Amino acid sequence: MAAESHSPLEQFTIKRHFHLDMGGVDASFTNSSVSMVVVVILISALMIWGMSRRSLVPGRLQSTAELAYEFIAGMVQENIGSKGKKYFPFIFSLFMFILFSNMLGMVPYQFTATSHIIVTFAMALFVFVGVTLIGLARHGLHFFSYFLPPGVPMWLAPLIVPIEILSYLSRPISLSLRLFANMLAGHTMMKVFAGFVVALGFVAGWAPLLFVVALTGLELLIAFLQAYVFTILTCLYLSDAIHLEH
Amino acid sequence: MPQLIFADYPPQIFWLVVTFAILYILMAYVALPRVESVLEERRKRIADDLEAAERSKKDSEAVIAQYEAALAQARSRAQAISADTRTRVNTESASQRSATEAKLAGDVRAAEGRIAAARDEALAKIDGVATEAATGIVERLLGQVPAPGAVAAAVANAARK
Repeated sequence: MAAESHSPLEQFTIKRHFHLDMGGVDASFTNSSVSMVVVVILISALMIWGMSRRSLVPGRLQSTAELAYEFIAGMVQENIGSKGKKYFPFIFSLFMFILFSNMLGMVPYQFTATSHIIVTFAMALFVFVGVTLIGLARHGLHFFSYFLPPGVPMWLAPLIVPIEILSYLSRPISLSLRLFANMLAGHTMMKVFAGFVVALGFVAGWAPLLFVVALTGLELLIAFLQAYVFTILTCLYLSDAIHLEH
Repeated sequence: MPQLIFADYPPQIFWLVVTFAILYILMAYVALPRVESVLEERRKRIADDLEAAERSKKDSEAVIAQYEAALAQARSRAQAISADTRTRVNTESASQRSATEAKLAGDVRAAEGRIAAARDEALAKIDGVATEAATGIVERLLGQVPAPGAVAAAVANAARK
């Protein structure tokens, strides 16, 4: 791998495998698309093929699938309550998509779809718009009372309401930036230190190599943690919109 | 920075929408209902088994109670029988003993009477024997037979001392 001659950011380059045009929109199949398709295939393999035996006493794969199901079901139940049941498939898909994207990025030579701001921002924006629409549909214009917390004196309203609106509007930005920045920083750092291993050679290269090994463990944790954070924040936003409470 | 090449945005969004939609449909309509049914089946099975175990436990407890009751009944009956037997045996032996004692007492009294009679008889005879023996001794010593009245008087005299 002639990696040291490239920038550490080179790994994030989008490469078009074949060009595709959808009504004037560039829909080329890229390395990012490959990783997204692989992610969907892997999740489906786990959740559909892994569950195909439907055994009473689950095997390893079935246990994993059930664990994922119960983990997200518990999260939805805990954060949204029984009203969140119909959003469970979406929350589950979101968590698994982000988790598998992040984890796939830990496999050498694999592209990390979630390391691109446009991908995380598209997901965050979808969550944001969806949550807002659900809130509006459930509570109508009463939804806007969300921006004025109960018990706040009226003379504070001109100050509180813009702050609340601003914090509400910044949700998709913070949500998407958090995931994107973590993936970007982690992979860039790995690349930089891996470059040191090669640059320092056989004699001194062991130190950065050990660091890269430790960093790999940390990155696995972050890959899970960021998927968890993204999902649980989505749950909390949904809960806000459904219950209209602070 | 490759993340800021805007020309790369449309294909990424397009494929994100396509793959995520497929994933959502697969999860919502195939995978998750299946997992749920398996989990539900297991929950039901476990609940059923627990219920069956509970029922069996209750059954066995009832059987144990029955057994205990039967055991207690048998024990009290055995105690009654043994107490009964004991009193009967006691009365029987007591009556037997008193009968035997009465008979023995009669025998003892009869024997004592016989002994007293024999003693009296022997005492009555002893004077005659003594007189006879004294007559014989005197005859050997003196060579003559004493007067029978004298010997008898002497014996009676000695016996009185």
